[in-house]
Amino acid sequence: MRTEELVAMLARGPVAADIHTTERCLGMAAAAGAGVAALSAFAILGVRPDLAWMLQHPAFWIKLAFPATLALAAFAASCRMARPGARLGVTRVALVGPIVVVLVVAWLALLSASPGERIALVAGHTALECVVSVGLLALPVFAAAFVALRRLAPTRPRAAGALAGLLGGGIAATVYAFHCDEMQAPFVAVWYSLGMSIPVLIGATLGPRLLRWA
Amino acid sequence: MSTPDEVGLRALLLLALAGDNAAYAAFLGHVGGRLRSYYRRRVAAFPDDAEDLVQEAMLAIHNQRHSYRSEQPVTAWLYAIARYKLIDALRARSAHAAVIEPLDDDEGAGMASSEPEVDEARRDLLALVETLADRFRLPIVHVKIEGLSVAETARLTGMSESAVKVGIHRGLKELAKRARGSS
Repeated sequence: MRTEELVAMLARGPVAADIHTTERCLGMAAAAGAGVAALSAFAILGVRPDLAWMLQHPAFWIKLAFPATLALAAFAASCRMARPGARLGVTRVALVGPIVVVLVVAWLALLSASPGERIALVAGHTALECVVSVGLLALPVFAAAFVALRRLAPTRPRAAGALAGLLGGGIAATVYAFHCDEMQAPFVAVWYSLGMSIPVLIGATLGPRLLRWA
Repeated sequence: MSTPDEVGLRALLLLALAGDNAAYAAFLGHVGGRLRSYYRRRVAAFPDDAEDLVQEAMLAIHNQRHSYRSEQPVTAWLYAIARYKLIDALRARSAHAAVIEPLDDDEGAGMASSEPEVDEARRDLLALVETLADRFRLPIVHVKIEGLSVAETARLTGMSESAVKVGIHRGLKELAKRARGSS
């Protein structure tokens, strides 16, 4: 086909397009995946029995806010990365901010603790469960976001894949926080971060291979 | 018809996204011209591929036209898609280069090279090819540009046939990397 014929053909059909397709696709993927992750977590892991008490405790909200704000930042950044030629811009700050805040809070907690207590503040007693659960709970959002991104137009597939991973990890850790009974910031800073970094690394690895579009 | 600048292109695209068919036809027409000069400069040795790439990129632009953000420069968006399609094509080519013999038909190549801008673009790619090491450069020049067979190239250069194939394969990969770096 000659290029002029292609132009004529493409311009003949309905040409209007919904410019919010990117946000809609990724939003539906995140919501559906979050639903599956939450149902699995509550069905398999359960919710802490002392949730009512926990809701009044600032430490719980820090634990919740860290992954939740990261998930929001990852969503905004994924939407940008799903569009050709778009830059991360201010979303970079949103991505780094929560990590910096939680590191500072954790550092302060360690400084104010006696040297003997510090190891216990970091190690907690559910580190392995935390990392494994967050990694597994990230799967539904991760998979849904990859399916959505394949329909969109990421021109930097490694970055897009990593951000889909962070979206999955952030939502997974947010969900997991309702089950987790560790309240100390150093634990969250280390093990929540480690759990969330698993889907990020997998996403960065799979992105260039899977995020092809036409 | 003069080529509109960033502002003109953006206006056409926004009209098109709101459902204006005539604006869309004009937009795609201008985009075609831009894509053609973009690809001719970068895959000058394969003039047939340049037009294929123009069409492929245009189809991608059409399918993903919803992905344009109105606060973003249209040209940044266009060339990001064009570049993505170029890298995709070069990657696919380098993956198949060792298996597939050249199938450039002489008629098409002759016709295309009669245009001055194609000649210029061809020189640009040749300049890039010249920067490759001999074991990559010779197989690419003889097989891909002059159209000799792998066996003829092997006889001419004294390389083994498999070295010629590997040279094409790895040379095109390297070329893709450099084309990417210079874009």
